[in-house]
Amino acid sequence: MTASRVVLARHGRISFAWSLLLWALTPVAHALIETYEFSSPALEQRYQVLSQELRCPKCQNQNIADSNAPIARDLRVVLVEQLEAGQTDEQILAFMVARYGEFVRYRPTVDRNTALLWWAPGLLIGAGFVALAFHFKGRRRVAAPALTATEAAQLKKLMENDSL
Amino acid sequence: MDLHARRFIPLLGFVLLSVLLFRGLSLDPTSLPAARLGQIFPEFAKLELQSGDVISVVDLNQRPALVNVWATWCYSCRIEHPYLLELAKSGVPIYGLNYKDDPVKARGWLAQLGDPYRLNIVDDEGSLGLDLGVYGAPETYVIDRDGKIVHRHVGVLDQSVFRADFSAWFPALMDAQAPVAQRALDGK
Repeated sequence: MTASRVVLARHGRISFAWSLLLWALTPVAHALIETYEFSSPALEQRYQVLSQELRCPKCQNQNIADSNAPIARDLRVVLVEQLEAGQTDEQILAFMVARYGEFVRYRPTVDRNTALLWWAPGLLIGAGFVALAFHFKGRRRVAAPALTATEAAQLKKLMENDSL
Repeated sequence: MDLHARRFIPLLGFVLLSVLLFRGLSLDPTSLPAARLGQIFPEFAKLELQSGDVISVVDLNQRPALVNVWATWCYSCRIEHPYLLELAKSGVPIYGLNYKDDPVKARGWLAQLGDPYRLNIVDDEGSLGLDLGVYGAPETYVIDRDGKIVHRHVGVLDQSVFRADFSAWFPALMDAQAPVAQRALDGK
């Protein structure tokens, strides 16, 4: 009876230790899913920036760094190859855009198709300020008219009545 | 602005927003513009699936033609396969791009299900797919007489899609194909 309880308790402690160990290992394991060797830290830095900026064509709201889709993996491999081959950021982005369109960039170039995307936030904020200005201007005008002599007399009378 | 006109501002806003959102209902957020449209099919030097010969873009010489991106791991490809066989039978040249697949499995698939392809490009590492801007399978491209990519369809190709988006390049086919398609429907 006692013996089995001890065994159980120890068992519980062991699995707790195991889960702690596993839990401690998770971030490491996660980071090890994919590793690329870079010949210089500068290239790795550029890889980080570009892989965050390129959008996965398959899973549309993820960049290629975050996505598990096979196509995102392919694009990461191409990105590493091109970085190591000495391509500039512009050349790499041009390569991607030639194949997948401006869509693959989270910051597409400003052209006829993307102008609205770029300027709409500014325009909407501007429109908001204009609307606010109109709103306050209108309010002041309503408050502005002074009382005529008759109105003033009426008001005075009302006030006096009220004090009764 | 007088008060009378201002009363209609919310209504105007509502109408504009309604138009915008109503348009949104008919847009497909997953459809991507094909960056390669209007360009010549990219150069490649790949093995042919059945013969093992090295083939290149000049071997896609029956045009206009379809280039169908497929793989044995792709479930939708199995769904569209019978329709590809029908199309091939009615004379549409179809070239296969066997995308990121195991060639042995791919040959087994064609032996078992039938082979609608004139040639099959083995793109096991997916580099030609990448040059085309492929992001999944199935995808089907139309190349015109000059070897230019003129259309891309993402997803299963079936009769209604073909009629709507592909028939322009295969005008002779549409009349001839009707009885075939009807047989396919009756068969099911």
